[in-house]
Amino acid sequence: MVRPFEQIVSEHGPVVLRVCRAVVGPVDAEDAWSETFLAALRAYPELPADANVEAWLVTIAHRKAIDLIRARARRPVAVAEPPEPAARTGGAEQTDAAELWQALRALPDKQRASVAYHYLGGLPYREIASITGGSEDAARRAAADGIKKLRASYLPAKDIEGARR
Amino acid sequence: MNGSAEPTEPGTSNGVRPTELFAALTTDEDTAMTRLRTRLAADAERDGLLDVGYRTVDSPVGTLLLAATDQGLVRVAYQSQDHDAVLAKLSEAVGPRILYAPGRLDEVCRQLEQYFAGRRTTFEVPLDLRLSSGFRRAVLAHLAEIGYGRTESYREVAVAAGSPKAVRAVGTACATNPLPLVLPCHRVVRSDGSPGQYAGGAEAKQILLRLEAAA
Repeated sequence: MVRPFEQIVSEHGPVVLRVCRAVVGPVDAEDAWSETFLAALRAYPELPADANVEAWLVTIAHRKAIDLIRARARRPVAVAEPPEPAARTGGAEQTDAAELWQALRALPDKQRASVAYHYLGGLPYREIASITGGSEDAARRAAADGIKKLRASYLPAKDIEGARR
Repeated sequence: MNGSAEPTEPGTSNGVRPTELFAALTTDEDTAMTRLRTRLAADAERDGLLDVGYRTVDSPVGTLLLAATDQGLVRVAYQSQDHDAVLAKLSEAVGPRILYAPGRLDEVCRQLEQYFAGRRTTFEVPLDLRLSSGFRRAVLAHLAEIGYGRTESYREVAVAAGSPKAVRAVGTACATNPLPLVLPCHRVVRSDGSPGQYAGGAEAKQILLRLEAAA
């Protein structure tokens, strides 16, 4: 029996949002999420009953993220400045989010994607390899390298910020 | 997965797990999800991708589930009927593209509110009767003709629906009415005048009959 799509949104929506935020950043994440779930809704009746729903959604999100990044690259003038973090409500949290995105954005695309799909999406490296291309080992290495760089670039910045507060 | 060490948690050595590392990604997650769900329902409606839109609403007879297709109201369900089970059945009978989409139910909500306030005696919303067929559908068609504040016996309904001997089947048709309240099966009572059974429970039936008798 096929479950109502609303259950898919409830169960996987937050995780896919985190993945989108990690891959395309906080500004574009909601467009990526919306396009992902609209495409998923369209294809949902044909989804095999035994499919891994999370892997399916992350695969769609990956394609939508690439589309968004390409669209941005085609019209660089239209790229908006990210909103001033301190000017938004929940200042400290927003600052954290902006700093984490700075660190994630500095990663090569494949590392950022592998980190997001494994640590946030919970996908095994075999699945990640089939989404991003390349071997399972390459996906594992990309995620490990990405995490290492993040620890080096994001955490110290966060600690300094924390000490300042 | 090949056993060894997956999912790996590198960095637990320096005391920071990936879940902590990525904590900032959950910033304002609940409000963002509310916004995204609203947007998804609107996008789905625009693109004609919604098999069923639903919402719940509080009422004097408990929380009601309301569900509509693009044809009209397709299901009203009492809490005792298990809303998750009702949605699962809709997924099978109508289609799985089901979303929480309160906008589709605005008008029926407004009319229900007026009904429970004693300010409305009939419902004027498009109905989708696809969940009912044959004799049961004939019974539903007759229910719409039993006026506000009136009652009929199961036997009278059987006669009106064209099968005088099908008294028990009338009971089944009422019990399986996909649109209780709107198609008033609560106005069908036992020959001795006692309320009898009801999809939403005997107590709900009494509340409705009392409401209509008072108005």
